[in-house]
Amino acid sequence: MVLRWLQRIGVYFLVLLGLSILVFVIARVIPGDPARQALGPRVSEETVQALREKLNLDKPLFTQYVLWFKGAIRLDLGDSLLTRRPVIEDVRRYLPATLEIVLLSAVFMAAGGILFGIVATKYTGKWQDALIRVLSYLGIVSPPFVWAVLFMLLFGYIIPVLPTTGRIAQSVAAPTRMITGMYTVDYLLTGNLAGWWDAFKHLLLPSIALMLGGMAQAARLTRSNMVENSMKDYIQAQQAYGVPEKKLLYKYLLKPSLIPTISILALDIAAVFGNAFLVENLFNYPGLSRYGLSAMLNKDINAISGVVMVFGLIFILVNILSDMVVAWLDPRVRLMGGADV
Amino acid sequence: MSVRSRAAPDVRMAPRPKRDWGDEAKRLWYKFSLNKASVIGLCIVLFVLVLAVFQPWLAPYPHHVGAVVDFANANRPPCKEYWMGTDTVGRDIMSRIFYAYRGAFTLGLGVLLATVPLGSILGLVAGYWKERWFSTVIMRVTDVFLALPPMILALCVCAIMRPTLFNSMMAMCVAWWPWYTRLTYGMATSLRNEMYVKSAELLGASKSHIIFKELLPNCYGSILTKMTLDMGWVILTGATLSFVGLGEQPPTPALGNMVSEGAKYLPAQWWISIFPALAIMVIVLGFNLMGDGIKDMLSGEA
Repeated sequence: MVLRWLQRIGVYFLVLLGLSILVFVIARVIPGDPARQALGPRVSEETVQALREKLNLDKPLFTQYVLWFKGAIRLDLGDSLLTRRPVIEDVRRYLPATLEIVLLSAVFMAAGGILFGIVATKYTGKWQDALIRVLSYLGIVSPPFVWAVLFMLLFGYIIPVLPTTGRIAQSVAAPTRMITGMYTVDYLLTGNLAGWWDAFKHLLLPSIALMLGGMAQAARLTRSNMVENSMKDYIQAQQAYGVPEKKLLYKYLLKPSLIPTISILALDIAAVFGNAFLVENLFNYPGLSRYGLSAMLNKDINAISGVVMVFGLIFILVNILSDMVVAWLDPRVRLMGGADV
Repeated sequence: MSVRSRAAPDVRMAPRPKRDWGDEAKRLWYKFSLNKASVIGLCIVLFVLVLAVFQPWLAPYPHHVGAVVDFANANRPPCKEYWMGTDTVGRDIMSRIFYAYRGAFTLGLGVLLATVPLGSILGLVAGYWKERWFSTVIMRVTDVFLALPPMILALCVCAIMRPTLFNSMMAMCVAWWPWYTRLTYGMATSLRNEMYVKSAELLGASKSHIIFKELLPNCYGSILTKMTLDMGWVILTGATLSFVGLGEQPPTPALGNMVSEGAKYLPAQWWISIFPALAIMVIVLGFNLMGDGIKDMLSGEA
């Protein structure tokens, strides 16, 4: 079993290697000259040539990749052409903010999705079920940026109870010590509750805008699997034995029904990372996604490859995590050491 | 004949029983129409398709698609002449939405027609020859593409090219094919052990016969279901790309760029962005309802 898990992790490393090639190629086939783009039209040819040499753009593509990869292993992703800082420094600065949003939406998504799924199963065919179904469709069909725009309209102008821009209010000081870089965590660690509340309020709207689609999908999937599993013989047998309904629902019915939900949640979290590119931008939230979007729109090659690599790495970690949860839930998978990869 | 013919035996030994397509269609339609929601979905999709195709005749102001200005009628809220109001330079929002639907359909069909055949065939080939080296190569490359959230991949590819409808289509193709490869790969690895595939092999059927005539028809149902649901997703992703300015460029309307343009004038001129946003939701809802109906219709079918 340990061998199977090691093999899986080996596969993930291979994927990561492939990803680095893909990302590198995408960032280097940009039409036009990134060095000229970074410096603007008024700079002399010598300066541009110097930057080209610094970025290794004058070397063959394969050499460029090897140099970039060697750097990436040492966490040196090159300098951003836009902020003029090392990309890794920018990643350190902006990533915690994005993680905060994504983690909060992941928690909402999983908790809300599973909860609504259970409620809908409990009241199958009743109005609660119908309501949840209609709301899920609404959640699935509206892109996060539409929610973001609606929230900004609603909370920015009509009932201004929640902040719609930035990470903290201007009147609130940033955490005195940066420990994790996540404001909500740092405020708690430094014991600043007022600050924590403010930072948390700023997280709410973007993360809700991001998670509604995933929550709706998780709720639908949980419901359909629970309803399907409730027809199975073992549930009927437990019912006949007179097992209390609560125990039946949570212990026997919910656990196996959650397996597909966990897999879809991993995909939805990936989608959250993708959509964060727009939502952070709309809410003017200084996270890595907003940084990545501006890098993409300005063809800042080092920043693009750096940011995309970081997100790819996180996505792979999320996948490993979801595999582990599925293995924990499903003895068939656990004993075989993971589904067929 | 003393010498045995060395040609491969004819696989089609018995003539296939003729299927009555009329009856088949009637039965499928009955199953589909059992669920009222899926019929509603079909109606939405057909309605929007008609609006998009016949935009020049159905839209009240078909010429408002381009760089038209009519300052006398700028910023009009929804009224009798302009059902969805006008934008800041006086163009009718409704006519522009109809036109934007054209782009949305083009995008959806273009991406799926390009990626589904390619992705599915790659998956079938990799699944049928699971032990061979090229299967490993195909599936590992697929894994690499699946290791990035599709939106990030599409944004990335889109951002490096000039922003046009065609280029955003290309970008989404890059992100879309691996899902079909994985789908048909899974199906092919289990289908290849079926008796009918084994007997076709024993009869000496060609590899292309096995891939296209034995394996592929059994995947049609899943592929079709995924395609219908994906039409919605492709349109949604396309709208997201055009929302950040990667896609159709103004003044040509696209669902996403209309929302982002209008968002600047919230809350006073709410209609400029809210109606395009609703337009996105309507079409995606249509494809989702229809896809669920097709899934139910084909479940239990061969």
